[in-house]
Amino acid sequence: MTMEKTYYNPADLKKFGNVGEFQKELADKFFDYYGTVFADSALSSREKSLIALAVAHAVQCPYCIDAYTEESLEKGYSEEQMMEAVHVATAIRGGASLVHGVQMMNKVDKLSM
Amino acid sequence: MKSLIAQSHSLSDPDVQIDVINNHNDKVKSLDKFEKKLDEIGLLPLKPTGIEIFQINVGYMCNMTCKHCHVDAGPDRKEIMTKETLQYCLDALTDSDIQTVDLTGGAPEMNPYFRWFVDEVSKLGKHIIVRSNLTILDTRKFEDLPQFMADRGVEITCSLPFYSKRRTDMQRGEGTYDKSMKVLKILNEIGYGKEETGLQLNLVYNPVGAFLPPDQESLREDYKERLWNDHGIVFNDLFTITNLPISRYLHFLVMSDNLEEYMEKLITSFNPSAAMGVMCRNTISIGWDGSLYDCDFNQMLKIKTNHGAPNHIKNWDLKKLNSREIVVNQHCFGCTAGAGSSCGGAVT
Repeated sequence: MTMEKTYYNPADLKKFGNVGEFQKELADKFFDYYGTVFADSALSSREKSLIALAVAHAVQCPYCIDAYTEESLEKGYSEEQMMEAVHVATAIRGGASLVHGVQMMNKVDKLSM
Repeated sequence: MKSLIAQSHSLSDPDVQIDVINNHNDKVKSLDKFEKKLDEIGLLPLKPTGIEIFQINVGYMCNMTCKHCHVDAGPDRKEIMTKETLQYCLDALTDSDIQTVDLTGGAPEMNPYFRWFVDEVSKLGKHIIVRSNLTILDTRKFEDLPQFMADRGVEITCSLPFYSKRRTDMQRGEGTYDKSMKVLKILNEIGYGKEETGLQLNLVYNPVGAFLPPDQESLREDYKERLWNDHGIVFNDLFTITNLPISRYLHFLVMSDNLEEYMEKLITSFNPSAAMGVMCRNTISIGWDGSLYDCDFNQMLKIKTNHGAPNHIKNWDLKKLNSREIVVNQHCFGCTAGAGSSCGGAVT
């Protein structure tokens, strides 16, 4: 099999389960855990799909963005709700940088006369 | 926008559509066949459970040209059921204990004999469902129909593909959402959608794109909350309907390069419980020219009732139709995916 010329291929998402070919036990544990995480529980699977969409953007996983965009539509979320979820991820990512500004300010204080 | 047939588009040909959903490419060709899946669960040949719903497509003419329409309906479609054929339907209904008459189109209201026919069916004591696109009721010629239908206890089932303007207008055309809200308010004013009146008002959701519908119950709650909070509108029920890969929706799937994935999704989501409850088992579909079909989708693919059952309303024979074999093809996966889909929404 020839290697792809790009790092990401949408068709690879369907091959996710194949990771078990190299290490079955850990893959089985992961997919079992994954299924349990997304089941209806204290949070509904519907709510979890929107959280997943936001996290997919935070970790910038193209496979996850494709999967959870479709999943969110199939859970009945509107475009506005989905974009607000992305903004939550963005705010946390942006805030995570900005809050380090306090560390910078502390250091400036320490070094200054 | 013109209908596919007015554009002389190849996908307006039912034979081409059937070929595309079976043989579009090697991947589509390799997918499981619907008959095989039915056979695996002991449902082949698919037989009726007994006809309870008499669904008449009174014509393909419509004031709208929605992007997903499986009928390829529009203002340029001239196929309209004649009074003579409507009379054959009345004759068949008079001789049967079928209780529900479901009128669809196109915009069924545009059939010139619509009022007369509703009156006649009403006299037979049958329950009538009218599948309305809502916007037709916002035109001068038809603005008296809400009261007309209320007076006869007609159930109205109407299209509203989403509770937001953006997605509704994307599928049904600019301005549809606002007109729909206006008409829903009028229907509420005369009692539709209110528990105490018994005037049933149902909304129909269908995905605006290449994905499956959400859970019907949770979406119903979302619709109720949004329509009440945003517009003060109430309704009784919400039906989620899956788009079947035929006609204009098939055109969209092909043009957007979504067909392969959509077919695969429908097939991997095959649900045996949904297959048990498919609507063709309790419904007969009558075309504008009186031809009989297992469902409105088969009607659009020109797949008539078969295997010895009568295929025209003139030869109506309930006993034979109740023991017929239902004709299936790859589009049928649309009714068996996930929670299933029918004109009354999810089936599981």
